[in-house]
Amino acid sequence: MFYIYCPYCKEHREEEEFHAKGQAHIERPADPDSCTDKEWGEYLYFRKNPRGLHHEMWVHAVGCRKFFNVTRDTQTYEIKEVYKMGERPTITAQNQTAAKQA
Amino acid sequence: MATQKNRLKSGGRIDRNKPLTFFYNGQPYQGFQGDTLASALIANGVDVIGRSFKYGRPRGIMSAGADEPNAIMQLGATEATQIPNVRATQQELYQGLHCRSTSGWPSVDFDAMGLIGQFFGRMLPPGFYYKTFMFPESFWELYEKFIRKAAGFGRSPRENDPDIYDHMNQHTEVLVVGAGPAGLSAALSAARAGARVILADENAEFGGSLLSSRELIDGDPAHLWVKKAVEELAQNDNVLLLPRSTVNGYHDHNFVTIHERLADHISDKAPEGKARQRMHRVRAKWVVLATGAHERPLVFANNDIPGCMLASAVSTYIRQYGVIPGNNLVLMTSNDYAYRTAFDWQDTGRKVIAIVDSRQNPTGQYVEEAKNRGIKVMTGSAVIQAEGGKRVNGAMIAPISADGDRVTGDGTVLSCDTIASSGGWSPVVHLSCHTGSRPVWRGDIHGFVPGETVQQQLIAGAVSGSYSLSECLKEGLDIGLLAATNAGHATDSLNVTVPKVEELVEGERMAMFYVPHSKPTSRAPKQFVDYQNDVTAAGIELATREGFESIEHVKRYTAMGFGTDQGKMGNINGMAITAKSLNKTIPETGTTVFRPNYTPVTFGAIAGRHCRDLFDPKRYTAMHEWHVENGAKFEDVGQWKRPWYYPKPGETMQDALNRECRATRESVGILDASTLGKIDIQGKDAREFISRVYTNAWAKLAVGKCRYGLMCGEDGMVFDDGVTSCLGENHFLMTTTSGGAARVLEWLELYHQTEWPELEVYMTSVTDHWATMSIAGPNSRKLLAELTDDIDLDKDNFKFMDWRQGTVAGVPARVFRISFTGELSFEINVPAHYGMHVWKKLFEHGAKYNLTPYGTETMHVLRAEKGFIIAGQDTDGSVHPYDLGMSWCVSENKPFSFIGKRGMKREDCVKENRKQLVGLKPKDPSKVIPEGSQAVDNPNQPIPMTMLGHVTSSYYSACLGHGIAMGMIRNGHNRMGDTVYYPQADGSVIEAEICSPIFLDPKGERQNV
Repeated sequence: MFYIYCPYCKEHREEEEFHAKGQAHIERPADPDSCTDKEWGEYLYFRKNPRGLHHEMWVHAVGCRKFFNVTRDTQTYEIKEVYKMGERPTITAQNQTAAKQA
Repeated sequence: MATQKNRLKSGGRIDRNKPLTFFYNGQPYQGFQGDTLASALIANGVDVIGRSFKYGRPRGIMSAGADEPNAIMQLGATEATQIPNVRATQQELYQGLHCRSTSGWPSVDFDAMGLIGQFFGRMLPPGFYYKTFMFPESFWELYEKFIRKAAGFGRSPRENDPDIYDHMNQHTEVLVVGAGPAGLSAALSAARAGARVILADENAEFGGSLLSSRELIDGDPAHLWVKKAVEELAQNDNVLLLPRSTVNGYHDHNFVTIHERLADHISDKAPEGKARQRMHRVRAKWVVLATGAHERPLVFANNDIPGCMLASAVSTYIRQYGVIPGNNLVLMTSNDYAYRTAFDWQDTGRKVIAIVDSRQNPTGQYVEEAKNRGIKVMTGSAVIQAEGGKRVNGAMIAPISADGDRVTGDGTVLSCDTIASSGGWSPVVHLSCHTGSRPVWRGDIHGFVPGETVQQQLIAGAVSGSYSLSECLKEGLDIGLLAATNAGHATDSLNVTVPKVEELVEGERMAMFYVPHSKPTSRAPKQFVDYQNDVTAAGIELATREGFESIEHVKRYTAMGFGTDQGKMGNINGMAITAKSLNKTIPETGTTVFRPNYTPVTFGAIAGRHCRDLFDPKRYTAMHEWHVENGAKFEDVGQWKRPWYYPKPGETMQDALNRECRATRESVGILDASTLGKIDIQGKDAREFISRVYTNAWAKLAVGKCRYGLMCGEDGMVFDDGVTSCLGENHFLMTTTSGGAARVLEWLELYHQTEWPELEVYMTSVTDHWATMSIAGPNSRKLLAELTDDIDLDKDNFKFMDWRQGTVAGVPARVFRISFTGELSFEINVPAHYGMHVWKKLFEHGAKYNLTPYGTETMHVLRAEKGFIIAGQDTDGSVHPYDLGMSWCVSENKPFSFIGKRGMKREDCVKENRKQLVGLKPKDPSKVIPEGSQAVDNPNQPIPMTMLGHVTSSYYSACLGHGIAMGMIRNGHNRMGDTVYYPQADGSVIEAEICSPIFLDPKGERQNV
């Protein structure tokens, strides 16, 4: 069971207080009506399933009800970073690989 | 009563002044306070405690701990207190304990399977389930029943568990698992550094191996050091000591579950009012694993005959419990340490026939001592076969090659009744593996140790491969300090001295996982690897010959490690044998994965208090007591308890529904609608926000007006609906389905927080703030008029789909003129604590109108007569508004592309021939088509028939005098008047006509009066 830091409550809380809401940083197309079926299908259904770092959205469902982002290693379940909506992750698969190579 | 013929005159940590009577297979026996069930059985000379799973061979006690594969008991004096799969080696004895052996049928001493097994055994190779019993497939149930009955493994009680179980959430800085020399040391130093510490051990008494050790610490017997250590820890307020507490699971982010047995050592039922077991759910900053090591038995022919035991277990029984499992011992070992077992045995005055050492030239200190004691030491040899039936009566000993691969000479049989064996030690790596870490092989200790981990985990003592007592003590102290430092405590100034221990000079250990036989493995008598599942060395070799190369496949094919002991005793030997027969090294072959739980956990401990009334929260409306008093039957809707219908004496459910429906349509009925989800939405952009999440138009909804809305996902599929009212220019009240309220609120928050944070809008759940009662029927206005004098109920001033604020029965109220029945209807909302008052006032005034309470079932019938959908019943996530015939509820012209708009325009959503919601009228007016029935065009078509869609709602309508239904039909909107058929499971077919779902008052005149 995860131990998750809520960036709004500024506390670690048990996973039971949160709901997982899937992949983060999926933006609703600005003009849905001009999307092709394929584009809309991509937005609707296609999700990453990486082995390793994954950016995902969680909500503090029985706490402050705020949505936020979590960078988690899907292999080890380590939470590397927690950041608010609208912010970008500082830890990504790309910069981790780059750091390893450097 | 049997005498304790194997009880030693003195010694052991038992209390000889407290004799205890217990019952095994119905017979009374005696043991002492401090015994385990296993030690008491050994004291009484009980050799056979079970029969093996496949072959029905007699089995005896092998070990003294969690690794026991054979001594699995059914415990409990009464039906309600039956506990299956109890390891006799871990069950403390108490007065009046009742237990039975779980395997062996009809009894352990006369075993039907055993006789069959002699003839049948050859038919039971590995994979025997797959090979033998799968054909013919239909016989499997029969086979399984027979195998299960013969195999045993216990049964669950048939009555409710009378005990209570607790959960306890804990936070700690340092959790130490295991209270042997390393664990105690770690707890001591971490506590001295000021850390908050939990120390948990599965045994009743702390001390681990020290309780049966021959070694001295600071010049004293080891158990005295244990006593001092425990006293120091017990006096420290920062330390929580948990004996009888098995750390069973090591989960993500240092979450650890500990199963504490509070009363299992007292009785099979806890004292009144006390919890029997407790599950500690611990978040630990740092975990120190000091879980020790399990001894490996040696794998030789007939190594399962009762009297074959682990060397360390023999020592434990002698030194800790004062019992000795036989008279004449043959000890076989591949290492020095096990020699102590021969010394322990000899010290009791009984005879050590020989120590059989697989090494050619063992040299250690214990080897010398054995010679000095006059014990016969046979080097370069092995016990290749045990002799005997229900008890060992001899050991066949033969010389073996230096690499241990083959027998090099003839065997001789030495007469004995006990064969103790030691093939070395395997670190208890289980917990370290629970979160995915793979153990790594260490050739120098012939064992796997914990591998790299992402957890905040440290290891100390034998689990890290440090086997000597001095290493364990030092490592424990160091690691305890490190854990405290890591948890943020300053430890620089701490001066920790390591207790003095005489260093044991040991010779080199030999890697020995399998003892050769003069015959090839496949021809030799059975050499057991996993006792509980009857997996033999020959079976593993056969599995690899048949092409199973991955250790995970070998495990599944042979069932090695599948028993309640989870391979604690046999797995490493099995992996080594697999590796050898594949010509690979052990690290190349690898290990299987250990998962929680380490030992079996009772369901009670897992459930804790979350059972019966506390299983799930129950939600009651403000008028609940009235419903109970008036005989309502209840239905669960989410967590809500809603009145389902109100039967009068002598009425069937259908009678009650017919009465409730008629009363409502003829005069007035009342529904407790408080459970409807209510979300208060405010802010200057509230209207815009609502426009985006509903499919229809909201721009012009004036204050004082209500509107029905459909909510879709981005895929265009309906997922909720409800009425939203405009309370003020920037203030709305949204209602949702009773079960969907929380989901809808989270959905709204998702869009507000992640997509449209620029909109100024605030949402809050007000479901529980309001009591809601819906009065419906031609007399509802007259009834309401009697209770309000400040709301103008005139039909032209308070129109359908208006709402008004005012006073009802003297309390502030919001009244909505909306209808889910098609009747003239008012939904009265009052603050919840006034609910009962208003409800009762309505009944005071309603008697003359025959005001009739109705429940959810009548509500369903009334709404179905009008063709109103229920989201989640008539929709299932594959249905968009057009499929429902609700295009009137989709506004194509809204400026913002609302949620669902693009989705319902996808190719698949606009294609011809989709399933569409229609009304269905059974041709036989007495028939009600069962919900879920599938429609076909031709009931005589051979199976599989072409299915057109299913019935979503179906009822008998008393007002119409026939059955009515709604359902999906392919292209249904274009098939009005067609006949479809609903074949039933009993072979009958119900015929129905496709029609409009609005069965009653299609023009809507009844609600506009």
